[in-house]
Amino acid sequence: MVMVSTSATAATQVALSDVEVLRIRNDFPVLDQEVNGRPLVYLDSGATSQNPRSVLEAEQEFYELRNAAVHRGAHHLAVQATDAFEDARATVAGFVGAAEDELVWTANATAGLNLLAYSFSNASVGTVRGDAARFALGPGDEVVVTEMEHHANLIPWQELCRRTGATLKFIPIDDDGALRLEEAARLITERTRILAFTHASNVLGTINPVAELVALARAAGALVVLDACQSVPHLPLDFKALDVDFAVFSGHKMLAPTGIGGVYGRRELLNAMPPFLTGGSMITTVTMEKAEYLPAPQRFEAGTQPISQAVALAAAANYLHETGMERVAGWEASLGQRLVTGLSAIDGIRVVGPAAGVERLGLAAFDVAGVHAHDVGQYLDSVGIAVRVGHHCAQPLHRRLGLTATTRASTYLYNTTEEVDLLLEAVAQVRPYFGVAGSGASK
Amino acid sequence: MSALDAMYQQLILEHAKSRSGADLTADEATSMPDQPGVGQCHQLNPVCGDEITLRLELEAAGSQSTVKGIHWHGDGCAISMASASILSELSEGASPDELGEMIGHFRELMRSRGRLEPDDEILGDAAALAGVAKYPARVKCAMLAWVAAEDALRQAVATGR
Repeated sequence: MVMVSTSATAATQVALSDVEVLRIRNDFPVLDQEVNGRPLVYLDSGATSQNPRSVLEAEQEFYELRNAAVHRGAHHLAVQATDAFEDARATVAGFVGAAEDELVWTANATAGLNLLAYSFSNASVGTVRGDAARFALGPGDEVVVTEMEHHANLIPWQELCRRTGATLKFIPIDDDGALRLEEAARLITERTRILAFTHASNVLGTINPVAELVALARAAGALVVLDACQSVPHLPLDFKALDVDFAVFSGHKMLAPTGIGGVYGRRELLNAMPPFLTGGSMITTVTMEKAEYLPAPQRFEAGTQPISQAVALAAAANYLHETGMERVAGWEASLGQRLVTGLSAIDGIRVVGPAAGVERLGLAAFDVAGVHAHDVGQYLDSVGIAVRVGHHCAQPLHRRLGLTATTRASTYLYNTTEEVDLLLEAVAQVRPYFGVAGSGASK
Repeated sequence: MSALDAMYQQLILEHAKSRSGADLTADEATSMPDQPGVGQCHQLNPVCGDEITLRLELEAAGSQSTVKGIHWHGDGCAISMASASILSELSEGASPDELGEMIGHFRELMRSRGRLEPDDEILGDAAALAGVAKYPARVKCAMLAWVAAEDALRQAVATGR
């Protein structure tokens, strides 16, 4: 099994320690600063993570020593750049359990999901023949997502269904933020062509049962798309072992710069899919009438790619690998439990998602009775604590929870237990500050 | 006084709770009024989900018209709710030109990043919102009701003639 252990004791045995985390923090220059006169407490890694020096140096070194366009030109730098770019692909592919030619670079997970949806959309246009026709959708076909999706794994499928006449359905969640698997079993039928779901929720922290959902999809003959944006950075995983058809992730959530991410796809699927973006670098033969396309991954990498970002992402994957993803996951699991236990004990705080003691990522989103999330975030910022406030790109989920906005604290391998405790202390001050302590009601 | 305390003054927190004019019902908020001299506008801040539907009614006062009242339905942070409440109180009895001037001055103040001093004579209690200008991310919260009022006023004046 590749997911983080559900047992707290098993997790702590392999987890990082506070001492190691303090050492890790030294690798992250941005964390060493004061905000509003207090040491910065960065608890917004679920939105974007910070970069260790090795990542920043990898990007700079590429520009200082190897910068050139890749996959063209025969000069020395072009060869160096191409090697660095493809070595980066091999490193990152290895990190997520993919073969090199099964990893396509994209700008981020959103771009990856759009690549898939638009490729399927292109397959649905009448003139497509041959292998690509297997991806065609039309009236009567169904795409199934979940109620906890980030907008990035919802809207591309809404639009694909709108363009093709297919129907979008969703698996509901229960009050603890878990997918209702009995509903999933009812919703996933032979009409289901695509099952797209998040590995781990960016709001609830829920880690979804991939194996059960994949089994339902396999039985129905549906393709599985995994949004691994919150799992690749935080959990040890292997896409092959998870047995999904496609998966997407973002570099900037896993210690790398913005502008780089990946799509994993099974080789035979990627090579049968129509391209999405077309142009240079993705073709074999071009005439004035038509073009033949390269196999994956180049098939989906039209135009000059984010080369230095790919190199930096590989440095990030190396950093995480050397630290040990089991240990990162174990540490964050303990921070997640400390968050949910501590927050739940504060008067007027409602944490959404799994209860204390139940498996969750190292994050917690919560409602503060009588105080809007924006005001909560402003108060926390005034004492140097950075959190995310709002709907976290998951409006339907918030509507299901009966909320318009929440405050989310999300940790990473560089956060200490002391930082979590500073957050808990500060959150306890919020309702008194806004003069709503004791009122209990949410308005 | 810290910058945070300057933004969340007692007056603001009280308005955020008492919410003057927040008596438009959800049903009224979803239907556009079809009456001369009445305007209505819905504003949403997609970043945080703050939302307001604001109805402005003019009444004849001699040859002139004045604001009879602003009523609204909304949900949001302390700043957006207090701002709507203050605006509702301030606008009552103002001529369309006076309200327009108020909105213009408030917008300038909010966009000033704290460089402008509020004119208490024009803005009354809304001057207490001056501290928001130092937080660019929150200016939209403070402006939400005022942007809605500007559009509702335009409609009310157009149909009132």
